[in-house]
Amino acid sequence: MPEMPDSLIYLDGVTVSFDGFKALNALSLIVEPGELRAIIGPNGAGKTTMMDVITGKTRPDEGSVLFRHTVDLSKTDEAAIANMGIGRKFQKPTVFESLTVFENLELALAGKRRTIDSLLWALDGGKKRRIETVLETIRLGDRRDELAGALSHGQKQWLEIGMLLAQEPDLLLLDEPVAGMTDAETEQTAALIKEISVDRSVVVVEHDMEFVRNLDTRVTVLHEGSVLAEGNMDAVQNDPRVIEVYLGR
Amino acid sequence: MSPVMGRLVALESRRGWQVVCGLAVVFLLVVPILNQVVPPSSPFHMPTFWVVILGKYMCFAILALSLDLIWGYAGVLSLGQGAFFGLGGYAMGMYMMRQIGDRGVYGDPVLPDFMVFLNWKELPWYWQGFDMFWFTVLMVMLVPGLLAFVFGWLAFRSRISGVYFSIISQAMVFAMMLAFFRNEMGFGGNNGLTDFKDLLGFNLSRDSTKVGLYVVSTATLILVYLTCRFVVRSKLGRVMVAIRDAEDRVRFLGYSVAWTKLFIFTLAAVIAGIAGALYVPQVGIINPGEFAPAKSIEVAVWVAVGGRGTLFGAIAGAFAVNGAKSFFTGAAPEIWLFFLGALFVVVTLFLPKGIIGALSSLRRRLPGVRQRETKVA
Amino acid sequence: MRLFSALLFAMSLTVAVPEVRAQSASDGAAFADGLAALNTKGFDDKAAAINALAGLGDPRAVDVLQAMSEGLLFYRKEDGLVVVAKEAGRRQYDITDPVSAENLGVVSSRDLRKISANNRLRQLIRGVLGQFALLDEDVDRRIAAALDLMKSPSAEAIPLVSAALTQEEDPAAQKVFQTTLSVLELRADDPATRLQAVEQLASFVDPTLKTHLERLLLHNGDGFVEPDEGIRNAAAVAIERIDRRIAYLTVIENLVFGISLGSVLLLAAIGLAITFGVMGVINMAHGEMIMIGAYSAFVVQQAFRQFLPPELFGFYVVAAVPAAFLLAGTVGLIIERGCIRFLYGRPLETLLATWGISLILQQAVRSLFGANNREVANPAWLAGSIEITSGLTFTVNRLYIIAFSLIVVALLAALMRYSRFGLNMRAVTQNRSMAASMGIATGRVDALTFGLGSGIAGIGGVALSQISNVSPNLGQSFIVDSFMVVVFGGVGSLWGTIVGAFSLGIVNKFLEPFSGAILGKIIVLIAIILFIQKRPRGLFALRGRAAEA
Repeated sequence: MPEMPDSLIYLDGVTVSFDGFKALNALSLIVEPGELRAIIGPNGAGKTTMMDVITGKTRPDEGSVLFRHTVDLSKTDEAAIANMGIGRKFQKPTVFESLTVFENLELALAGKRRTIDSLLWALDGGKKRRIETVLETIRLGDRRDELAGALSHGQKQWLEIGMLLAQEPDLLLLDEPVAGMTDAETEQTAALIKEISVDRSVVVVEHDMEFVRNLDTRVTVLHEGSVLAEGNMDAVQNDPRVIEVYLGR
Repeated sequence: MSPVMGRLVALESRRGWQVVCGLAVVFLLVVPILNQVVPPSSPFHMPTFWVVILGKYMCFAILALSLDLIWGYAGVLSLGQGAFFGLGGYAMGMYMMRQIGDRGVYGDPVLPDFMVFLNWKELPWYWQGFDMFWFTVLMVMLVPGLLAFVFGWLAFRSRISGVYFSIISQAMVFAMMLAFFRNEMGFGGNNGLTDFKDLLGFNLSRDSTKVGLYVVSTATLILVYLTCRFVVRSKLGRVMVAIRDAEDRVRFLGYSVAWTKLFIFTLAAVIAGIAGALYVPQVGIINPGEFAPAKSIEVAVWVAVGGRGTLFGAIAGAFAVNGAKSFFTGAAPEIWLFFLGALFVVVTLFLPKGIIGALSSLRRRLPGVRQRETKVA
Repeated sequence: MRLFSALLFAMSLTVAVPEVRAQSASDGAAFADGLAALNTKGFDDKAAAINALAGLGDPRAVDVLQAMSEGLLFYRKEDGLVVVAKEAGRRQYDITDPVSAENLGVVSSRDLRKISANNRLRQLIRGVLGQFALLDEDVDRRIAAALDLMKSPSAEAIPLVSAALTQEEDPAAQKVFQTTLSVLELRADDPATRLQAVEQLASFVDPTLKTHLERLLLHNGDGFVEPDEGIRNAAAVAIERIDRRIAYLTVIENLVFGISLGSVLLLAAIGLAITFGVMGVINMAHGEMIMIGAYSAFVVQQAFRQFLPPELFGFYVVAAVPAAFLLAGTVGLIIERGCIRFLYGRPLETLLATWGISLILQQAVRSLFGANNREVANPAWLAGSIEITSGLTFTVNRLYIIAFSLIVVALLAALMRYSRFGLNMRAVTQNRSMAASMGIATGRVDALTFGLGSGIAGIGGVALSQISNVSPNLGQSFIVDSFMVVVFGGVGSLWGTIVGAFSLGIVNKFLEPFSGAILGKIIVLIAIILFIQKRPRGLFALRGRAAEA
């Protein structure tokens, strides 16, 4: 793609349909390296499906999904995509509930992922320090030996973000990272995400407008599986088509 | 100390090692001494009959460990574990068949009796090599491992999981049973392989051989336990538990769920094969009955009773349920199936963590023994 | 079919018989001579005379020979006239002239002398009379007689059969007579007749005739059974034609057998399919619901035998269906309410718990009814078989089972499609949490679904009891097969289950002849494991985000 020299993720004409219903309809989207991008849209706009397509969970019926110009993600499996440097946080916080907080992070820690590597893997000082750093960042240092299942909802969200940090991806996909959080937690999370996005690309899908405004970044509005509007928050909020979609019906 | 040695030492806490070594001494030394050295007149004498039963239980415990690895840790309920157990048993049975030589009823120097009976003229190709012990030992592990690898590769690659996998694995063991019932398969059909004479030159009807087999089974159980311990304490063990909790999350972390499951499934199959190979010389027969789906699913209840996700639980469960079975089938055979059926229901409904789980939560509730909440491994 | 032959029978009574009699009266002289020849001393001569009389093909000979074997054939001392007698009191006989059928009045035994027969002659007469059954008044008996002749063909019967054929008016009997005649003519002395017979047989393409043609090609000492090469070639061609027809009929037969196996599978699997679709759990005790249904049929049968008049016995199957549905359905409800509902979200545990229940149910039935097989009898209307065409016969019970399973599935489909409960059920299948938040009582739906699925399995058990014996481990083998149907067809799809059941049934039946039943089963299992590689969610999969979760 010579005309788009600095794309990290490049979606072109991606269509996904479930029994005739088009979850994504010729969606085209570009995320640049180092960019923080917020994606909003009403229910059923295709936000989660878009993440599914990028992470290899769902195969597109049409269109191409390129990572770093070269890798066709529509033909790569989830684990391989993750190993290329794409991390994903689920809509529903998903952590390993019967492992401790520390062990959750240990699993996420960047490193070789082959089965034999896991079998012979040993925790050394360097790895331990990296986990400590993440624990510090997500403010769960004092609960490191508790089972993840015992954490509160917000803490699980944070743990999951922490796991993504430990994974050290180039692109982070966050699906509703502040759902179910208190206002204070939401603010802290916004700060955390901005901090994270300094040295990597982050795509955030959110319903919470206040939170998106706090992120102060470029916003894409999805509607019925394609891009409706793009720009900064104010521009988007004043776009008559966006107003119609959100309030018109 | 090399890192691997360090990890071996760290497999158990100091207390854990004490327990393991204590049990090893009791079962490896005290039991044989009570049988062989203490005279039969003494009240402390242990009859060989009991030693043989214990030896069988050791094999069941190994089998239970294998299922616990794949089900208790990785959350994949294999209802076909008996297939691997049976294959290991058949491999060993083939060796012992070949050892009979010309001492069979028909006196053929090469062909086992049932082949002579079926009017076969020469040994089928897959019986070649089973006159050598080292080859047999290799096959005991290789054949179940290979079947598990191929089957698992097909299943895990296409993400067959949950009840789908359970039933498909049951179908596999069912198909094996049907196949081995056929005379044309060349494994003795209905009757299977039996009338073994000796193993590595030791006469199987001698008491000393029986005790020897018991000792080998017990030692193998300890080794298998330590191997399993090594696996579940490694990061791979945590990946397995993570797969059990949230398979998709593991995938998005970059681990291959399919390969992890495949590795564990294959390892479990090899372990089950070893259990079968040790079992057959002790009971003196292997037939297609070992492939009955009911037998494989029974293994799940051993593990469930003891406590899945804990290695000690699997072993304890195998001993407890088989002990009960020996008791009931002797005392009141009709009751046994009612009891076994009720066991399935009661354990799943009221004891999801099994005996070990129930005991440890009981201990946690006792005042003064407040322990850190952690997974039992 | 039966009605048709009854009709023919009535026709033959009114039309055919008198005409036969009238026609044969024309060569009365030959018959009278043949009759007179019976009056001889030596048994060998009598035997020859019997054969000669029979060869005339005159139906009047039947009464004569019948009388002879019963010791009621006499000749009048005064004129030597052979008469058939009936006992009319002490030493008194009522005699009739067999030629004219004229009653000659009652005479004393002193005026008559018996034309005796020994055992050898009686046997001969039995055979001859058998051939004469070709002229019987009852068309069914005529056909049976012809078929009998075909079993032990001999050239001697040719004239009789050909005479019977010329008189025969019933089309069905004509066809059989023609076939019989051709088979007999294969043994005729004249090569032209034999060739004609071969060609005639070739035109029938009837598999049951194949052995007769094959006999011609056999070696017989120094040559072939059939000396003429032209005839042998014609026979070979005819055999080939028949073989093709056999192959074709075998396909149809396998198809129908496969469909009937499939319909049993369908009844077994459909309950599993809906419970698996709605609740995502496998009920390992599902096979035991089938077993319970089969035992209900057994109990209802015994009750009918014991307490109701025998005329009503045939209806026990009709009564067994609702009984089985209710009993199995109730057991299913109890299992769901008492156990499964506590295990939601833990499908593997459910599987183990229901396995435990299946062990208990099996052992309970074993304690109640014993471990042996119990026989459930087919009532008359379910017994017997239908011959579609020569060489293609189906047992009635299999055909009924096909129809029955289709009716059950149609009712179920209607229930799912049009009832409130069906709507709720489909809603829960597609998205449980959404359905729950719409106010559907998912617990109730689960329980009823489970009861319904178990009840249908019970009905399947009644159907199964009609084609096989009933034993406590009857249900065991069905769980894997049923699950294969569900996996193949696609979870939660009624159509998928139907297509899955019938395809598995048919494939199984077609594989059997090549590989044997066991290997066929193994092949199907492997094929399905490979199939899920391509389509993990079956043929008719639900698609969408909820279904994938």
